Formats: sequence, structure tokens, C-alpha cells
Amino acid sequence: MGDGPAIRLEGLTRDFGDRPALAGVDLELGSGKTLAVLGPNGSGKTTLLRILAGLLRPTGGEAVVLGAGLPGETWKLRGRIGFLGHEPLLYRDLSPDENLMLAARLHGLGRERAAGRIAELLERVGLSHRSRDRVAEFSAGMAQRVAACRAVLHDPELLLLDEPDSHLDPTAREVVGELLGPAPGRTRVIVSHQRERALAGADAALELA
Amino acid sequence: MRTGMRTSVDAYLALLGKDLRVELRTLRSLPAMALFAITTFVIFRFALDRTDLEGGLAAGVLVTTLLFAAILAINRLFVAERDEGGFELIRLSPIDRTVLFASKASALFIYLCALELVAVPVFALFFLDSGAAMGPLIPVLALANVGIAVTGTLISTIATMSTARDLLAPLILLPLLVPLVIAASGASEPLLRAGGPEYEDFGRWLGVLGLYDSVFALVGYAVFDFLLED
Repeated sequence: MGDGPAIRLEGLTRDFGDRPALAGVDLELGSGKTLAVLGPNGSGKTTLLRILAGLLRPTGGEAVVLGAGLPGETWKLRGRIGFLGHEPLLYRDLSPDENLMLAARLHGLGRERAAGRIAELLERVGLSHRSRDRVAEFSAGMAQRVAACRAVLHDPELLLLDEPDSHLDPTAREVVGELLGPAPGRTRVIVSHQRERALAGADAALELA
Repeated sequence: MRTGMRTSVDAYLALLGKDLRVELRTLRSLPAMALFAITTFVIFRFALDRTDLEGGLAAGVLVTTLLFAAILAINRLFVAERDEGGFELIRLSPIDRTVLFASKASALFIYLCALELVAVPVFALFFLDSGAAMGPLIPVLALANVGIAVTGTLISTIATMSTARDLLAPLILLPLLVPLVIAASGASEPLLRAGGPEYEDFGRWLGVLGLYDSVFALVGYAVFDFLLED
């Protein structure tokens, strides 16, 4: 990507019917930086993240993400974002191996390269021994660990993380934290209710009311 | 092959493989479709009080039963994508979204062929004097399956985005499938006559089925991308 900011928002709004979910958000985040998004329930944190991912259209304002103007150039973002939302985006009747291989093939990773990367990631999150079990048999925390692997599988430029610590025990939190942590050329936006923890690793913060 | 095309083909195979693997593992659609079709044949047998059917009546019973059995699979086609985030996975991936349309239509086509492997011999056993029509029925059913698969996938996508999805799919789909039912019945009627298969207007009806399939495949290709928008 170019020298411009990774994310630039000017007066970004999103309404659901008559109810405004985001009212005029301004932001500029440099490439490789980490932004913590804070705020109470219903303040629009998840809505903001979904707009940045190209999953939701803004109602008004300007949004440029990785050089792509939203919503018109959303197609430019595809494959460059790692997204970890409230749902793990995993098929419950497939195993972690199968889910991750599907995601890898959708991102154009070759099977051989993907197989090595999947094995490495599952090893890192301590699930290599369960790699062939169905996700339906997993606890929420285990599914979250697999979802974290999915989010970074294709080495995205921008990581959008919505409460990445959800359902995780302290040990898993550390492991997943490392996986989703800063990396060269990786910009991160983290939505969290754990204020101190989010701010500790952030270069900037955005408080939504 | 260009990289983009190779990625799309691999993504198509990955999505189709996923659907078939999940169906084989859970058996959520196929057994229900087969059971429905066989039960419907039994009901027709008692309702019509006939042990043998021929011509237009036989064609009508066969085509409508297969169509209603197909709706069971069509209603379930995008359940995993809706409930488990598959739509978002696709929207975040650098692939043409029509790959999902093609993979879902292919999966539905395979389900329908599998259904017919069971249901058509049962139909012949219940209602026909001989199995002479089985061979010539293959191209008719194959073309009808393509039409049901592409139209069913398109309507299932629209219905999935609605809260009234179970009602919406058959409500929109059945009127759209009327031309297909007419053509498939028209092609099957001479094949199922009492004296053995005849081929009156057979090619014309196959042409109508082919045209129907082409039109709805093109419509699906043109609009599917927009259906996945927020």
C-alpha cells in the first residue's frame, strides 16, 4: 500500500432506520499502528468494525481503508483484511483443519502452503490434537482460538478484532494475544471492553459514546 | 490458466466440496427429500386409486413430486451460510461471489440427481408397466435439475435474507418454475405412454428446458453479487 494512512474516516455515519448507530466519526490511523476502540454497549463499536471490513455500508461521511474508498471500492479490500467478530465464521460440521483449508482456498493460498500454515497455527493455539474434530464439539473458547487462526491465516494487512479475548481463559488469552499481536506492516483495530488491556497495546484510541 | 480464474475454480471446488462433505456427514437434506418423494408416491397411489399411470398423468405425478421434494433442499441451502457466518467469509474473500452461486447450484443439482436415483425407480415400481422410459427420461430430468438448481439457488438467496424465509422460497419459486414444469411434463408425457416411449416433440421440449436453464443461469450470474450486499 502507499504512504497514506491505513484508515481515514471523516464524518462517518451509519443509521439503522431512524436510529443512528454512528454519528460523525473522524479518524486517521497510520499504517502498522494499533487502534483501540472503546465505548459502552450500543455505542457503535461493532458497526464501525463491520464498515471498515466492507461488510456494512456507511450511511454518510467518507471512509478510506487501505486506499479503498467505501463503499464503492470494497472489492479492493477483499483478501487484505483479517476479521474476528462476535461469530467465529466457522462451519460447525467441519473440523478446524477443514474450516481453515476452506478459508485458505478462498484466499487463493495453494493447498501445500496452506497445509503447512494451518498446522503451524493450530500448533500455536494448542489445538493440533483436535484438528480433525468437528467444531460443533468445541467449547466457545476453542472455537475462538480456531477463529483467530482463520483471521491471520492469509497474513492480512489489516486486522479487525471485536472482543478477541471473548470466551478465552488466561492462558489462551496470552497465546491468542501473541497470534493477533503487532507484526511488521500489520495495522490493527481492536474493539474491547477491557480498557486497560486494550490501551496497553494501542498507539491510538477512539472513544465512542 | 490465469491466476484469477484458477483461484475462482479452486474456490468453487472448495465450496462445493464443503457442501457435499457436510451433507454426507449430517444427512440433513437427502434422506428427507427421498422419504418425502416416496411418501408422496404412496399417497398418489391411494388417492388416485390406480396401480398404473401413463402419459400426462404419470409425467405430472413424477415432475411435481420431484419439484416439491427439491424445495426441502432449497429451504436448507443457505442455512449454514446464514447461521454460521459463511456469507461473511465469502464477502471477505478475494473471489467473485458468483462462485458461491455456482457451487450452491452444483450442490443442489447433485442432490436432485441423487434423489432421482432413488425416487424414479420407486415411481416406476409403483406406477409403470416397464422400465423402458427410464433411459430417455435421463436428459429430461438432467435439464429439469439444472433449471431447478439455478432458480432454486437464486430464490433461496433472496429468501435467506428475509425473516419469512420458509414461506418466501416456495411462494416465489413455484410460479417461476411453472414453465419448467410444463416443459419437463411435455417432454416426459410421450415417454411414459402405455405402449412404450414415443418421441413426439421430444427435442422441442428439451430445447425449451435448455433455454429456461440458460436464462436463469444468466440472471443468477448477473444479480447474485448484489444479493449478498448489506
